[in-house]
Amino acid sequence: MAADAPTARKPMLAVLPRVSQQLTKVLGIGLLVLLAVWLVGNFVTNWQLTLSLTLTGITLGAMYCLVALGYTLVYGIIELINFAHGDVFMWGSMLAVTIGVTILGLDGSQSGFVTAIGVIATMLAAMLICASGNVFIERFAYRPLRNAPKLAPLITAIGVSFILQAMALRAYGPGEQTADGVFPNSNLFSIGIYGYPTKNLLVVVFTIPVLLALVYLVRNTRQGKAMRAVAQDTDAARMMGIDVDRIIAFTFALGGGLAGAGGTLFVFWQTSTRYDLGFQLGLFAFTAAVLGGIGNLQGAALGSLMIGLLQAYNDGAAWHAPGSNWTQSMIFTILILVLVFRPEGLLGEQVADRA
Amino acid sequence: MNRISDLWYRLPWVVRRLVVPAVVIALLVLYPKYYVDLGFPTWVPTLSVMVQMCVFVTMALGLNVVVGYAGLLDLGYVAFYAAGAYVAGWFATQQFANITFQWKFHVVPVAVPSTVSGIHINVWLLLAAGAAFAAVLGILIGLPTLRLRGDYLAIVTLGFGEIIPQAVNNGDDWFGRNVTNGPNGLTPIDQLGFGATLHNHFAFLPASYSDSFDRLNYYYWTGLALVAFTLFCCIRLRDSRLGRAWVAIREDEIAAAAMGVPLMRTKTWAYAIGAFFGGMAGCFYAIQKSSTFPADFSLNISIFVLCMVILGGMGNVWGVMLGGVVLTYLNYQGLGAIGKTANIDISIYSFGIFGGVIVAMMLLRPEGLIPSRRRRVEFRAAEEGVAVGQAVVTHE
Repeated sequence: MAADAPTARKPMLAVLPRVSQQLTKVLGIGLLVLLAVWLVGNFVTNWQLTLSLTLTGITLGAMYCLVALGYTLVYGIIELINFAHGDVFMWGSMLAVTIGVTILGLDGSQSGFVTAIGVIATMLAAMLICASGNVFIERFAYRPLRNAPKLAPLITAIGVSFILQAMALRAYGPGEQTADGVFPNSNLFSIGIYGYPTKNLLVVVFTIPVLLALVYLVRNTRQGKAMRAVAQDTDAARMMGIDVDRIIAFTFALGGGLAGAGGTLFVFWQTSTRYDLGFQLGLFAFTAAVLGGIGNLQGAALGSLMIGLLQAYNDGAAWHAPGSNWTQSMIFTILILVLVFRPEGLLGEQVADRA
Repeated sequence: MNRISDLWYRLPWVVRRLVVPAVVIALLVLYPKYYVDLGFPTWVPTLSVMVQMCVFVTMALGLNVVVGYAGLLDLGYVAFYAAGAYVAGWFATQQFANITFQWKFHVVPVAVPSTVSGIHINVWLLLAAGAAFAAVLGILIGLPTLRLRGDYLAIVTLGFGEIIPQAVNNGDDWFGRNVTNGPNGLTPIDQLGFGATLHNHFAFLPASYSDSFDRLNYYYWTGLALVAFTLFCCIRLRDSRLGRAWVAIREDEIAAAAMGVPLMRTKTWAYAIGAFFGGMAGCFYAIQKSSTFPADFSLNISIFVLCMVILGGMGNVWGVMLGGVVLTYLNYQGLGAIGKTANIDISIYSFGIFGGVIVAMMLLRPEGLIPSRRRRVEFRAAEEGVAVGQAVVTHE
């Protein structure tokens, strides 16, 4: 055993931090150059396809953004990677099918105005239910563990994620739930032979006000100020008379609401959802949050956009793209690289404790 | 809380040290001989479930080294399981017979006719090789990532646990080469056995397990031997200098470093040793099934094994073994049997149930069913406001 060695050898691994710093630069620059070459190559070979993929990527990014913000908000405030968040998103999409299609009967046959009202109503209802669900989870699964060793709530979150999946399986069965035709299937315009579906724009149009409202809430309201205070220093915030438990619950409500909105848009955009899609999508969104700098709202938005674009290019590009078989691996590779070499993310501040 | 252990310690010394273990071992070893006579076929574990138990208990003991002893949360343990299985798949099948190489490579194969093409290395060697390969993989994954703190490490391992199965799944076309045969998997894998020479000298040793009528019996006994080996290693490791270094790191990394415990090296050892047993289990399981598929290596397996460790009690080998036995039984037979009586298909909700188990354990009894004393104090210390270091003087 290495630990038995009596003589004080110079530890080989002591050089690692220095090497890794150099490696970060080289690797980072190398990867960026490769990426640039790949993108330029794609533009040159088929600019129409690449442009349309960019637009698809923006829509995907908007989608991830809604989920990633939930991760970032919760992580920023209690440093918990909420594994169950992706499944809350999945529940949002399921609820949207139930409310929008089954109860309100949206199927594309209504006029545009009625559909818009219906979608907004569905979205608000899904947001409300997901927000209360998330608060409920926080109250009964995470709050009792707030002083426990750090891994305890993380493990609990995995458990909650599996419970949510099993509940969806029980309620909706293993098949796909469809919401066809709520968002129009027609193309808004086309770039060469590549059409741009109207619904891609609709997702972005619905996402932007939600994001603006969130930013306003966090920046300009008393609640937001309290949230930032708790994130910065929980004990100090408590001493200043902030009800920390209430703020944490409020954060979970916000995250749940965003996941509900995301789920609604997702199912109307993709037209189908399943009980098990939340976990992976959640991990992609988490990657986006980490890439941008976890705990940082703008970072989450930027990271989501980048992950969305990358996925769109990788799935669709014709010139030397690994293809959708490898999307998951690529995104997780980014996750690992960022965590290992730049755990503070693109926009995060350097925090000594993070690494 | 300590009622069971109190009862246990009240028994006479001889019973504790010799009689009870002897009876347990005899019951386990003779299981294939009497379980048919029990006459309750729906809930009595079948032999194949018992083999599964051996595999999962080995894995749980391995993961316990990482999570229980060293306190590093590993959510991608299935990667090592896959590594072991694919070592068996590559070096004991016809995978490389005519696809990549046009040649035949036999190294003391067991009961493989010399006419069969492809690479065939002695399966017993492969068990060791699979474990060693997984250990090397563990070191490779560990070196860059082990500097990360707890939850980030969990995420990184989760990433590896997702990347490796996908890479294997896409492995029928790695730059134009068929390396892993993709989703179709590798099959058939050579069976364990003792070869004709040994068989002729000792008739009770089968030349090849698959020739024998009671093939599963032999796999079950081999599995028991693997569990015994793993258990022995785990107990010895726990009490070794390295094991104490793991505990020190788990309890307080900074204090451990200040006391001269080399952090990276100690953690990497934990990773490598945990991976070693995972690889061994994977290799054994692939040989027993005579096949290996990428679909066998989902994230669910990682969580499943983690669940065993948590349920049983992190850091306590007996607890972990209990957790492994109970959950494997429930997953592969128990839930189905209960479902049949209750007339609903519970088994599709098994992971929901395990999720419930995780949450309930974390909230109600985070130290597990049979806790290690030290772990128990760590988990309870925060609630009771006790500094961990002061409270622990007892031996585990």
